Amino acid sequence: MNQNNQKDTANNKNGIYDVGIDKGASRLTPEKIRKVFDALVETEGGARLRAYTNACVHCGLCSDACHHFLSKDNDPRLSPAGKVKQTISRILNKKAKLDVDFVKQACETVFTECNLCRRCVIYCPFGIDVAYLMLFVRRGCHQLGVVPQYIQDTAHSHASTFNQMWVRDDEWIDTLQWQEEEARDEIPDLRIPIDKKGADIFYSLIGPEPKFRAQLIYQMAVIFHMAGADWTLPSAPGWDNSDMCMFTGDMEMTARLKKIHFEAAMDLKAKRIVMGECGHAFRSVYDVGNRTLGWKMPPLPMVHAIEFYAEIFREKRIEILEKFDRPVTLHDPCNIVRGRGLGDEARYVINETCSTFIELEPNREHNFCCGAGGGVINCGPPFKNKRVESNRVKADQLAAARDKGAEVLIAPCHNCHGGLEDVIHHYELGLELKFLGDIIYECMKKE
Amino acid sequence: MQQQQEKWDWTTGQRKIGDFPAWQDRFSYMEEPYVSGDGEKIAAIVKTEDETFTACVNGTLWESQYDNLWHLCFTPDQRALALVSDMAMWTVAVDGTAWENWYEFVWKPCFAKNAPHITVAAQKELRYRALTNDVPWENEFFALTHLTVSPDGKTAAAVVQDTKLPEADIEKFQESGFTVAINGKPWNNHYVNIWELAFSANGIHLAAELRTSLYDYTIAVDDQAWKKRYAGVWAPRFHPLDHSVTAPVRMAGGWGLAKDDEILWDPKYVQLWHHMYSPDGSRIAAITAPEYGKWTITVNDRPWKIRFTELVTDAVFSPAGDRVGCVGKTEGQWYVAIDDQIWGTGQDMAWQPVFSPDSTHVAAKVEKNGQFAILLNGRPIDMTFADAWQPAFSPDSRKLLIRAILPQNQGGHYCRIVLDVDSVALSERRPGNA
Amino acid sequence: MHELYKLASGIFVWIAILGFAAGMIGRLAHLALTARKKDPVVYQYFSLYYALRSMLHWIIPFASTGMRAHPVITIAAFVFHICLIVTPLFAAAHVILVMESWNVAWWHLPDPAADVMTVLVILGCLFFLIRRIAQEHVRYLSTAGDFVLIALVAAPFVTGFWTYHQWYGYETAGILHMLSGELMLLCLPFTRLFHMALWPFTRGYAGSEFGSLRHARDW
Ligand code: HEM
Ligand code: HEM
Ligand code: SF4
Ligand code: SF4
Ligand code: SF4
Repeated sequence: MNQNNQKDTANNKNGIYDVGIDKGASRLTPEKIRKVFDALVETEGGARLRAYTNACVHCGLCSDACHHFLSKDNDPRLSPAGKVKQTISRILNKKAKLDVDFVKQACETVFTECNLCRRCVIYCPFGIDVAYLMLFVRRGCHQLGVVPQYIQDTAHSHASTFNQMWVRDDEWIDTLQWQEEEARDEIPDLRIPIDKKGADIFYSLIGPEPKFRAQLIYQMAVIFHMAGADWTLPSAPGWDNSDMCMFTGDMEMTARLKKIHFEAAMDLKAKRIVMGECGHAFRSVYDVGNRTLGWKMPPLPMVHAIEFYAEIFREKRIEILEKFDRPVTLHDPCNIVRGRGLGDEARYVINETCSTFIELEPNREHNFCCGAGGGVINCGPPFKNKRVESNRVKADQLAAARDKGAEVLIAPCHNCHGGLEDVIHHYELGLELKFLGDIIYECMKKE
Repeated sequence: MQQQQEKWDWTTGQRKIGDFPAWQDRFSYMEEPYVSGDGEKIAAIVKTEDETFTACVNGTLWESQYDNLWHLCFTPDQRALALVSDMAMWTVAVDGTAWENWYEFVWKPCFAKNAPHITVAAQKELRYRALTNDVPWENEFFALTHLTVSPDGKTAAAVVQDTKLPEADIEKFQESGFTVAINGKPWNNHYVNIWELAFSANGIHLAAELRTSLYDYTIAVDDQAWKKRYAGVWAPRFHPLDHSVTAPVRMAGGWGLAKDDEILWDPKYVQLWHHMYSPDGSRIAAITAPEYGKWTITVNDRPWKIRFTELVTDAVFSPAGDRVGCVGKTEGQWYVAIDDQIWGTGQDMAWQPVFSPDSTHVAAKVEKNGQFAILLNGRPIDMTFADAWQPAFSPDSRKLLIRAILPQNQGGHYCRIVLDVDSVALSERRPGNA
Repeated sequence: MHELYKLASGIFVWIAILGFAAGMIGRLAHLALTARKKDPVVYQYFSLYYALRSMLHWIIPFASTGMRAHPVITIAAFVFHICLIVTPLFAAAHVILVMESWNVAWWHLPDPAADVMTVLVILGCLFFLIRRIAQEHVRYLSTAGDFVLIALVAAPFVTGFWTYHQWYGYETAGILHMLSGELMLLCLPFTRLFHMALWPFTRGYAGSEFGSLRHARDW
């Protein structure tokens, strides 16, 4: 069996060079690799690791849950259990040799061939959380210093600036003030309140917004303003709710990031945190990060933008002048639909704002991942083609909706936008991509 | 400060200040108000008729007006401070007078508790430095974070980057890019990351929380890293008298407290952070989770009996060091807790409790149904407010100062209220009060 | 031969039953303890309601999307597992044996029914075997152990069937039946067959996290 695996390893290496993986792995020896993984299993490999790996009956019922498997012509190595077999199963087999090639391959597998989307969990009869197992291996890779360059750089940014994009403390505040100024041309007294103690809402967002999409801050400010919300943003770090460290396996940094995020809100005495349209960030503040710190649930209520939109529509605090009239479809982001069941809320908001809605099939909990999630898009340009090719099923799914008339694809998640943009472009689908906030902003009454 | 507080007006009674309700009509645009520590001033950022911004203090506008203005606040010596901009350049303005040095951006004004000095971070042409009292550091850096000032306010330190990192160069980064600069002078050693800094009480020593690789966390004191490496650390603190250093450290999956690199509290906590010393240094209190998802205060390694399920924050020692207070949250309700006792019914929000100098009384600001109230020793004072700030006790502990805005139906005035602690009218004891 | 029969019908029965019981309890207890030590969150998020909700959707045929997507496997798996568990518990021969030994008895299956069910289990084993070989993605996942496991499960049914029909060499088959049955019982806690004991926990935990934390369906 081992020999077979070794052959697989050689075949599967895609010839993609990545400094983080190749240089990182070149510093290792089989002894060191074995030692680090054994220690990890010993200290952190608990009941879940055991139960999942022991319960799996190798039935392959999870295979066609995974978009990587489906998109790559049912490549058996890409089925969820196939990825388990190539990585964690070998690690748990004390007799298997873990050499440098193994680490390179395992790293590429767990970082770029699994989006941690948890679709397979709802297809496995045992509910085996393959994402958990992949993350476990990622943590080992982190401890070995073998992590793809671009996502590692993002983790460094998180550690140094507490945001994803190396945004400096001054750059952040400056951006808020700039957006406030822009927005005042449209709504004279609009304010982006910084450090307003005791505000009802602490608004947090992700690093790429101030860096590349400041317009989104503007839009959200207009929505808050028109809804009469009492909101604020912090001037100090803690405003970025995103987290690539949980995807590189650097859980110590995840803890630090989430601490500063929640404490920024607690220091401002906010009653709840509303966050922008991001999926992975939601997972990090609602599920992963709080647990890492010993908070069973987020210490302050975490409200995803979709829930906030639904709330202001329900309370009639916002008025739509004319519904968006091009046919729309919706990509349910895994991290907020499988991760928080917000599918119905998203449809409610779409119903309030759009005249024609066409479902993607499958949808809600069963939707396919965009291919970007779990830090895969953050592994950067070296893996871009592979990522897009690994999501042909997404393209097929979108094409079917387009053929039914959909012109606009709504994806209430930043990461999904990145992934879907690439899919739309590569497969020439001709769909326009929007956030829910884009549509609300476009159609709402603004004076 | 203590001496300053002696000079505050401690005459019992209620005094309206600044004719605050009139401001709404006077200005087309006005931000939320801020008040001085002694309660004598109320200020807000407002827009003038010329579409510029300035501060309105007790109804009087600053003479100078600016393109933009933010971070209005009061210094410990009751001066109004704001960060102001003109022609896209920024500086600090104190009581309406701008500093002479202007930058592309300034932020994070820092003051010591007991001193008039002001330090701020500044950036020009992507080079960073700090200024204290308008005097800039001689050196500038590629990045500057975690600006901190010493207890006398004269010394400032920050985490800085003195070499420029090429983009996405993960190798270079891990070769250590950060150091600490004190008044602009960098330490010799560099570390992979440095976070919170802490000065000793005399301002001479500086401790930093850092990591020496992606995995090895430790504390450095005056540029000397501790020998041991931990799985995690949180912010260090100096003993107020002997200048030893303690920090929460993570080992074998749990958090404990280390003192000068030796374990002081065993690492048995699921979480342990924000530790603090009593003024005489004899006691250490920390926010802890002895079990997963159960939060409390631990004093000298002994956890309180009460547990909050959602969070504990705002822990504070009484000035005499014999009592500890905090704010906790369970099932969406906020509570004040003092010495292992929870105060009464849940609130929509609770603020850090304030002890009297002799430690016998405690007051805390709370919010319920959009109204603010002050609790005194666990019971609400018989008044509600549209807004309020942290209460303060007189140096003799006999008087309580409340700074608050009265409800609309009482005129909405900003008032400075001084109450006699012994004869305060308290509401009826509510069921469940401790 | 007689010696072997005596062993197989005597001490081995006890070893198998005790080994099975001790193995089940021991491994589950060990798991529970590891969870306390290394995965305390498991206890925090486990919710009986959502665990049962999830199990219900996975124990009723075609109640989950995955089952509907694979109807043949679903039918095969259900028939296989039901017969696998019901037949030995209610086979007339077993009930009678137990009564003779310990003087307790319960309802038993009519012989022809047991016969048919036994065949179904054997066919099930064949089905899973063929699937394992024929389907590339399942073959990729297979280890030698998976094949041994199918043989291990098939053995008592094949030999039981043989004995019942008193075909050639049925006496030997009878002894082999007892031995293979005992071996399978003994292997249940210590091989992948342990999936039977883990299922309520893995499924239940998935159901709990999806239900109480993520407000989503896991079927
Ligand atoms: C512990 C030792 C066991 C003993 C002593 C035992 C004994 C027997 C005997 C005496 C028969 C009846 C043969 C006949 O009618 O002539 C029988 C039938 C059968 N046994 Fe067992 N058995 C054992 C364990 C098992 C196990 C563990 C299984 C399956 C999991 C099993 C499955 C069957 C089946 C399916 C039949 C009935 C076959 C049919 O009716 O076609 N037995 N067994
Ligand atoms: C209540 C308990 C059990 C549950 C919930 C359960 C569940 C499952 C599931 C979900 C599968 C995969 C289904 C598939 O391939 O379609 C499976 C396969 C299997 N189970 Fe069970 N099982 C249980 C008890 C048992 C027992 C008691 C045995 C044997 C004594 C057993 C033997 C097998 C075998 C041999 C397979 C075949 C897997 C393959 O090779 O594809 N199961 N079980
Ligand atoms: S978590 Fe998603 S990407 Fe990963 S194996 Fe499962 S289905 Fe595939
Ligand atoms: S469906 Fe579950 S049990 Fe079957 S192979 Fe996949 S992970 Fe293993
Ligand atoms: S990026 Fe979007 S679709 Fe992909 S895993 Fe994240 S939430 Fe899911």
